[in-house]
Amino acid sequence: MRNAFASEVTALAAADKRVVLLSGDIGNRLFDKLKATAPGRFLNCGVAEANMTGVAAGMALCGLRPITYTITPFVTTRCLEQIRVDICYQNVPVIIVGTGSGLSYASLGTTHHSCEDIAFLRVLPNMTVICPGDAVEVRLALRAALQHPGPVYIRLGKKGEPIVHASPPPFEIGKGIVIRPGRDVCLLSAGTILPVVMQAADRFTEKGLSAQVVSLHTVKPLDEALLAEAFRSFRIVVTIEEHSRLGGLGGSVAEWLSDHPVTAGRLCRIGTGDRFLHEAGSQDDARAYFGLTPGGIVAQTLAMMETGEAHVDRR
Amino acid sequence: MTVQHELPLAALVDKARVLRRHVVEMITAAKSGHPGGSLSAADLLAALYFGGVLRHDPARPHDPDRDRFIMSKGHAVPVLYAALAEAGYFPVEQLATLRKLNSPLQGHPSKVDFPIMEASTGSLGMGLSVGIGMAMAGKLNAKDYKVYVMLGDGESEEGQVWEAAMSAAARKLDNLVMILDFNKFQLDGSIADILDWTPVPEKWAAFGWHVIEVDGHDMADILRGFAEARTVTGKPVAFIAHTIKGAGVSFIAGNNDWHGRAPSADECAKALAELA
Repeated sequence: MRNAFASEVTALAAADKRVVLLSGDIGNRLFDKLKATAPGRFLNCGVAEANMTGVAAGMALCGLRPITYTITPFVTTRCLEQIRVDICYQNVPVIIVGTGSGLSYASLGTTHHSCEDIAFLRVLPNMTVICPGDAVEVRLALRAALQHPGPVYIRLGKKGEPIVHASPPPFEIGKGIVIRPGRDVCLLSAGTILPVVMQAADRFTEKGLSAQVVSLHTVKPLDEALLAEAFRSFRIVVTIEEHSRLGGLGGSVAEWLSDHPVTAGRLCRIGTGDRFLHEAGSQDDARAYFGLTPGGIVAQTLAMMETGEAHVDRR
Repeated sequence: MTVQHELPLAALVDKARVLRRHVVEMITAAKSGHPGGSLSAADLLAALYFGGVLRHDPARPHDPDRDRFIMSKGHAVPVLYAALAEAGYFPVEQLATLRKLNSPLQGHPSKVDFPIMEASTGSLGMGLSVGIGMAMAGKLNAKDYKVYVMLGDGESEEGQVWEAAMSAAARKLDNLVMILDFNKFQLDGSIADILDWTPVPEKWAAFGWHVIEVDGHDMADILRGFAEARTVTGKPVAFIAHTIKGAGVSFIAGNNDWHGRAPSADECAKALAELA
């Protein structure tokens, strides 16, 4: 995802002189082409994310289109007040890009995990939150964000994620992409977990259940038409994200559901638990710990279908 | 874009008096506000807006070539509103609507609600970074405007100020002037008692800034300082103005009980008599 981001931002900066990339001391070599293409418009702001965020807002107030970029917790949670006041309150078009979201940096430890960032950023007025599902969506999201007149948060994984989209699908902020139609189970995926959700859909097929897969890349604003249709048409609608079950896509859909008439479909929220991860290991290990595997997704969904209750891990 | 206001010295001193009158009247009418930190900055604001320091034009408030002024210590915004009204950006009568429903003159500056504000501030320590972004945009866009950001000394206890201090010097932003309203007090008492961060000029110098110190209540000295600021190249300027919190009103000056309380009608009358 980050390579796709670097390549796309280089193309966008070449075409639009307002584009400036502010980095929090990361990815220097990754942006060598950008530096050559757009001299002076790659700025390593050092290990000073609060300042970088304010600088981006000041640039946006002068007509530039700045993008802030570093490891997710440091470009979001670390500078939440600067995002709230300088970017959202002033409603300026700054794009915040977090790399290594969710459990991408599992082996680095909890300081580098980000399973709360969607929750923090989506409650801010004027903010748009996009969680691309693969590198193809990363490019589309960045292009769309640059056309958007207000603040946007884009949540990336790291590198080498499987490509889900063989060709670029139509992409619009706030509109989910139905990747695979189905009848029995509706799987709403936000962000980096999408390839795992695709595998889960295959497992459902093996069990004789037809699973629809949607990349619900925009967590804010929600695709309300898609949600209304999903809860009308499916017995169970499952949200899956590499983020806490609290406050992310699942939390958003739960809030949406409480504001709408009782529907036939049940909501099943799958994500990380309300705890820090105190285990070392790889991203796959961390995902397995939280049940974010094809088997875990199927098991949690079936448990909800059978018992009507969420199978919440209470370790 | 030409300088619209360049009053002679005596008229500038008088303009500061008028700004102080507005501050006292506004905060009294609003029944809340921060007189101390507004009054300490009155002479500086008079110099900036009427002494030929800021390049600005009330008829073209969004001119891309204008100099920018950010009140990072947002609670002192009454004195900024007063200066802008006196300069002709909006009617002086509107000052009486400070903090009232449906008025754009909020308790802290709001860019969206009052677009002649250069930035929304109030959460301390954040304005200098926004100013750096504007200064960097000026360099990238080949504009020759300058950016002035006023900070408080209490505010400077925020760590972000020092991230910004490093950043501006590293970028050699000689189109940026940080004005410190160094009135020696913060909300709960004196800086010396709460979080003494002296030596102040030495810190800014050590961070790579060109330091200018002035008496923030001596108009000639203020103008001398800003003239020197214009000659600096290759470095941002730390313009350190030694001031007295509440300056200009005998019973408010140096009395930190007036950090954030409004005068009564009687106190207002007494203050205005001193500022007649």
